[in-house]
Amino acid sequence: MSTAAAGVAARVRPNPARLARRHGWTVGVYVLLLVLLLYWQTIPANWGSFDVQSLAIDALPLAFAAMAQSVVIISGGIDLSVGSLISLINVLSAKYMIDMSFRNALLFGLLLLVGSAAAGAFTGTLIVLSRVPDIVVTLAMLFVWAGLALEILQIPGGGAPQSYLQLGTGHWWSPWIPSGLMILLLAFAIFWLPLRWARPGLALYSVGSNRNAAYLSGVGVARTRIFAYALGGLFAGLAGLALSATSGIGDPNAGQYYTLNSVAAAVLGGVALVGGVGGLIGPIAAAFVVTLVKTILILKGVDQNWAQVIQGTLIIVVVMIGGLAIRQRART
Amino acid sequence: MSAGTPQVATPAARLRAAQRVLSDNPAIALTFVFVALFVVTDIVNRAQSGKAFLTPTQVSTTFLYAAPLALLAAGQTLVMLTGGVDLSVATTATTAAFVSSGTAHDHGTGYALLLALAFGFGIGLVNGIGVAIFRVNPLIMTLGISSVTLGALTIYSQTRFVALVPNIVNTLGSSRFFKYVPYDLLVWAPIAALIILGLRFSGFGRMIFAVGDNPVACRLAGVRVWQVLLLVYALCGAFSAVAGILLVGFNDAADLGIAAPFLLPSVAAVVIGGTSILGGSGGYGGTILGALILTVLDSLLTILNASQALKQILYGAIILALAWLYARTSSGD
Repeated sequence: MSTAAAGVAARVRPNPARLARRHGWTVGVYVLLLVLLLYWQTIPANWGSFDVQSLAIDALPLAFAAMAQSVVIISGGIDLSVGSLISLINVLSAKYMIDMSFRNALLFGLLLLVGSAAAGAFTGTLIVLSRVPDIVVTLAMLFVWAGLALEILQIPGGGAPQSYLQLGTGHWWSPWIPSGLMILLLAFAIFWLPLRWARPGLALYSVGSNRNAAYLSGVGVARTRIFAYALGGLFAGLAGLALSATSGIGDPNAGQYYTLNSVAAAVLGGVALVGGVGGLIGPIAAAFVVTLVKTILILKGVDQNWAQVIQGTLIIVVVMIGGLAIRQRART
Repeated sequence: MSAGTPQVATPAARLRAAQRVLSDNPAIALTFVFVALFVVTDIVNRAQSGKAFLTPTQVSTTFLYAAPLALLAAGQTLVMLTGGVDLSVATTATTAAFVSSGTAHDHGTGYALLLALAFGFGIGLVNGIGVAIFRVNPLIMTLGISSVTLGALTIYSQTRFVALVPNIVNTLGSSRFFKYVPYDLLVWAPIAALIILGLRFSGFGRMIFAVGDNPVACRLAGVRVWQVLLLVYALCGAFSAVAGILLVGFNDAADLGIAAPFLLPSVAAVVIGGTSILGGSGGYGGTILGALILTVLDSLLTILNASQALKQILYGAIILALAWLYARTSSGD
């Protein structure tokens, strides 16, 4: 009795070392983001709400893609098909929304979200049934979705009603609050927060950290993994819709950028590739960091292609350091 | 069930034995698939345009087309045997294509080819450092390197326009001797022999299998796993560079998308050839047949007027189906 009470007391009292270990990385990412933001706002001559707006527009699809990737990685998998699923949703929405009213466009978007969650669930089911490694199945699905996207729209085109575009590029209340940012926070609050501490979320983490232990404690491993991919598909669908809302067109190759960068944002955001570690708050900030690095480079007059090279190199270095960190943790 | 006991084999046992032989030697089934696919293409082509496909010229063309793919898949085979995958083979080949055609005019052909090979080896080495020393997931490492290389190549292609494909590269990539033998076989065949024999008889070859099978056991047995991985990725880069040189010889000009369509087929060829995605089992013989099968399949789809999109979907589906099939046969044992 007394030991249980002591246990509860120990849990209530915040342990600084434990807090630092658990949230240190996330806090670090936010500090990095803050530093970059402070530096960024000194570069343009008339930095203002317009710059905030364009940063939100640039980062929104990547933030959703990072969420999609993080959910899957936390469950112990990896989803290489995120980028091409984004392309598919992007071209589907841009091709058919162009002549729709705002209400129909929203309903169609909702339908696409359900469809992309189903696509994710399909990938997850294939992985569970075939017992082929996640990487191989999602690599194959990468080409299936990309092929479908190319079949639907060969060249960039399409569009969306003006009021729908406002969802991604407009602002709420004040020009300093981009609507894209609010939608991102809303999606996070609706789709992730209720799950995070409920059964499905806990199952996600347990399957990711130790599949056998999770199975032995009665977690439906197969069901949880499929659920993770479905949730990832949902976020990828949001990324695709966000891409059409922010860019105004559909592009069958637009998603390529997100395959690697979503993984990079997840790792930079504190999601360990071994699974079971991290959350979605970190990767969202990391998506802004990754975008901001490129924005700053371009503002500094660096050529677009050089910016890609530098960004790619930075991502590799980040992942390398992440790998070293895992090794250090395993050694201690 | 040992080999000596079944004197009177039941049909079921005979089927199981046949399955066993096939799963031990995928080359038999693959050769059959290759020939069958050729015949089907022949029939389709006769039906569509009234011309035969099963001719010596077409067989020779198939080998000519298959060589770059088979070389890309050669490096891919070695990497996949260690349990990794290299998604930078296409951009490495493109780099070699640009380097060999861009420097030949000023510095001579030999220098250009050596430089292209060095670039391939170097890119592979960087991949290897990331995977072997920093333990980055191979997929992410190679994808990252490929995006960096592509960015650098875009800059290079915008600043330099002088490009001249050396004659010898042109000949190697697109001509034939004795009417039917493609010159690129002169490059491909020795490399293929080297890989097949090397994997079977050299210590390094056995180590590749061992590392793919169980890296921890390897480390405990005293194998320097990181050195094996480093060399494998570097070799993969070098083979990709050779493929890039052949491709630029075939196309007569380097462009940024010259090797991109071969990325997925290079993985598909390895998977079709029976090399396990998890590493540790397989070989280059199957990959060669895989590359030949994919080349004929590509001809068939072209004859049928299939779009690039449909081809992509089909390749994805093939990889998935075969990986599933191999996963089932290996877990059934």
